[in-house]
Order: sequence, then structure tokens, then C-alpha cells
Amino acid sequence: MLGAYIGYTVAIYTGSFFLALIIAPILVACFGIVFEKLLLSPLYKRQDGGAYLMVTFGLAVILAEAIKLTWGADPKGVQIPEMLRGIVIVFDFPFPKYRVFLIIIGVLMALSAWLFLEKTRIGLLIRAVSQNPQMVNALGTNVVFIRNLVFAIGCGLAGMGGVLAAPMVTAFLGMGSSVIIDAFVIVIIGGMGSFLGSIIGSLLVAFVLVFGAYYVPDLALAIIYLLMLIILIVRPGGLLGKEE
Amino acid sequence: MLKINNLHTYYGLGHILQGVDMKIDTGSIGVLIGRNGVGKSTTIKSVIGLAEPAQGNITLFDNELVGKKPHNIAKAGVAYVPEGRLIFPDLTVIENIKVANHKPDSSWSISRLLKLFPSLKARETNKGSQLSGGEQQMLAIARALIMDPKLILLDEPSQGLAPLVVKELAKVIKILKETGVTIFLVEQNLKLATAVADHVFVMVKGKIVYHNPVNDFLKEEDKIKKKYLTL
Ligand SMILES: Nc1ncnc2c1ncn2[C@@H]1O[C@H](COP(=O)(O)OP(=O)(O)OP(=O)(O)O)[C@@H](O)[C@H]1O
Ligand SMILES: [Mg+2]
Repeated sequence: MLGAYIGYTVAIYTGSFFLALIIAPILVACFGIVFEKLLLSPLYKRQDGGAYLMVTFGLAVILAEAIKLTWGADPKGVQIPEMLRGIVIVFDFPFPKYRVFLIIIGVLMALSAWLFLEKTRIGLLIRAVSQNPQMVNALGTNVVFIRNLVFAIGCGLAGMGGVLAAPMVTAFLGMGSSVIIDAFVIVIIGGMGSFLGSIIGSLLVAFVLVFGAYYVPDLALAIIYLLMLIILIVRPGGLLGKEE
Repeated sequence: MLKINNLHTYYGLGHILQGVDMKIDTGSIGVLIGRNGVGKSTTIKSVIGLAEPAQGNITLFDNELVGKKPHNIAKAGVAYVPEGRLIFPDLTVIENIKVANHKPDSSWSISRLLKLFPSLKARETNKGSQLSGGEQQMLAIARALIMDPKLILLDEPSQGLAPLVVKELAKVIKILKETGVTIFLVEQNLKLATAVADHVFVMVKGKIVYHNPVNDFLKEEDKIKKKYLTL
């Protein structure tokens, strides 16, 4: 959400959507690092995970209010850049250019995230930390640094998502929370810690949402949760996750 | 090279280490034995920094380790082979080793390690979780060696291994010693322990109650066993 608003501002000032697409994620990542250092890291020693949730949730509320004060409460429309307006014909169907652009960006981002995790040393360390952080630490890697990096990348990607979504849904105050619920469902369905799982999960959720919205508009959301429920009963760890 | 001096470590309110004193000479193998739960693993964890001592000193070549973070202790030349091996289950054999590979010029290259552990070479691209206990143990040792350590901490490497694999393990430990690395070994298998040890330490309830060169220990082995090791 912050990404969308910052993107909106950058787009207004520079007149360039693409500049916003680069600058907003960086700003959001920096914001994420500061937030993590200042508010979350003092909580790492505590055993109860609830503290993170409370602080994060509290920050979300503050952020929403701060955005309201800065940008006003009414939704902000972001213009689709000139070259991405209009439609293209895909398999005889007219299709908005911007959506095609989103699909391409989505595939590219997923691909580069996968390459980053599988082929780089930092990616290897990130995977190792997700399996046993203490052991990675004992083998000579500063795990706190890796965690901060992942957090920053995550914030940056969220910021990018915000900018990309802004022309489609306009920047509005509730946009963060609707995404969080979708993301939560996707991760649960796909399986915690599984990269491929979350991609399959997101395709599945999007599919159900779109078809559901077409055939049974009132029940589309309920079907998502039903899907999650069924998958959790059959595979408690998610589609590709491990059972504890 | 490794000196542990009046070390006290707690888990919550549990006073686990109650003044441990040990000394392991450069290039030698010090073996720590003792019953279950006396604090052997806690001693090793205190050295690598995964347990935080409340009092006392641990020095590696006069370099104080207490208070340092595990990754800095590792960089100072300490490699940890934990109890239960703790291989990364979803990483391949090679990836497991690479996690610990910080120096490109390590005297232990991956190919040299695979020569030392032929059983790993055959399973290069297998996931850690697909290995047998013996293979996992060798992998945990290989992962430690690639760090080019001055000191290796080995916590109960023979645990759960078949006798034949324990023999192979003894061979590996002797090869390591020939390279000049210092080894701090915790071991319940007395046969293995005394076959490789230079010096034997016995722990009871968080304190070292006996220590001697292995030859002296072997002379009084039965007496020590009765006094400190049987239940
Ligand atoms: N993380 C922990 N939290 C609380 N108590 C612990 C923890 N780890 C170990 N202990 C306790 O500390 C004592 C010493 O444990 P430690 O693992 O050092 O024993 P050990 O000599 O290695 O035993 P073993 O031969 O079974 O491996 C035990 O009584 C154990 O219950
Ligand atoms: Mg132990």
C-alpha cells in the first residue's frame, strides 16, 4: 500500500511510471529495514510470536492514518503509462496491454526470485537459514544480516506490487489488507517454505477467484477458504509443504 | 591452544556447567566423556557460542571467545559438528558443504573432501534427508573441514552408527589429526574415544572430576568407569 502511494507520488513528480516502479520499491525496502531494526529486532529474544503480530498490526494502523494525513482519504488513480494503454489481441481476444505487461513482469519476477534462491550464494544461505538458522550461524554466517536482507527484499517486492497494482485498482487505504489475506491463503495452500508451492497456490487462488466471481459472484471468497480447508485436511502442511 | 577456565553456563535457572576447566594442546585430541545429561554438549555449545556462559573464559590461542557471536567464533577458526549431525535436510550434499565454504582458498577443496569421503561422492546431488546416518555424519565433518578450522568440535559422532561405520569414523578422525587440526571430541563410545584420544576428561554434574593422558587413563579405566560412568 505504501508502495502504491509512494509510486503515485513519484509518478506525479517525475511524470514517469517506470521511474516510480524502481524508486518506490527501494524506498519501501529502506522503510522496512528501519522498521525491522527499530521495532521488530528488540522482540527477537522474546518467545511469544504474538508480539510481532501486534507490533506489525499496530504499524499498519499507524501507516494507514499517516497516509490519510499525507495523501488524503480519497483513492488516488495512477495513470497507465502511454505505451501500455490500449489493447492487444491474444488468441483472437482483445486484452488490455497493461494486463499483459503485468503477466510478463510477474513471470519475470518469479523467475528471477527462483534463480536468486537456487543459483546464488546468498540464496543458498537463505534456504539454509529457513531450515536451521542456529547451524548456519555456527558455520560462520551472520544470520541477522541474512534475515534483514530477506526482510528488505520482501518489503521491496511488496512496494513493487503496490506500484504495479495502483493503475488497476487505484491506490486506496484498504489495499494492503486485502492483499495480506490473499497472500496468507496462498502460502497456506502452497505449503510454508515452498517456493514452487506458493506459485501453484497463487495460480490456484487466482483461478478460483476469477471463475468464482464469474459463476457464483457471492461465493467467490468463500470458495477460496473452502479450498484452503480441503487442502489442509488432506495435506496439513500445504500442497508442497512438509508436515511437522 | 583451547583453554576453558572456570566456565559456568545456565539454561534458564538450571546451573548446567559449574566451573569447567579444560585444556587441549595444539594438534592433539581431547576427549570428554561422562553420563547422559552431565553437560558435555553444553560445554561444546559454550565454545561455539550457541550457549552463553555466565562466567569464566574460553580462549583459543589467547583469543577470548566468551561473549562473541557464533559466526565470529567460527571465523576465529572453530568448526562445529553437532550432536545429531544437523544436516540441512532440503539441501544437496554439495550445497550443505557450500553453506560453510567462506574462503575460496580453503586447503580443503570440495573435490579433496569428496576424495576423503567416497560415500558422499556417490551421493553428491542427493538431499541431506536422503542420506544414511553414517553418510550424514561424514557430511557434517566435511562441512566443518571446508572452513579450514584450527579447532573442530565433534559432539558424539558415533551415536547411532553401525560398528563398521564407527571404524571408518575412527580412521577419519586419525586422518584429521595428521593434518594438524586440534580436536575436541565428546564421545560415549569408550572404545572409539580411547582409540583416538591424547587426553581424557571425565565430567560429572557440570564439573571435570578427572583428567589424564590416555595411557594413564587406560591403566585405571575400570576404576574410573565404576566411579564416574556407570549408573
Ligand atoms: N536447551 C535447553 N534448555 C534447558 N535445559 C537444557 C537444554 N539443553 C540441555 N539442557 C539440560 O542441560 C543438561 C545438560 O545437557 P547436555 O546436553 O549438555 O548433556 P550431555 O552431557 O551432552 O548429555 P548427552 O550425553 O545425553 O548428550 C541436561 O540436564 C539437559 O536436560
Ligand atoms: Mg550431548
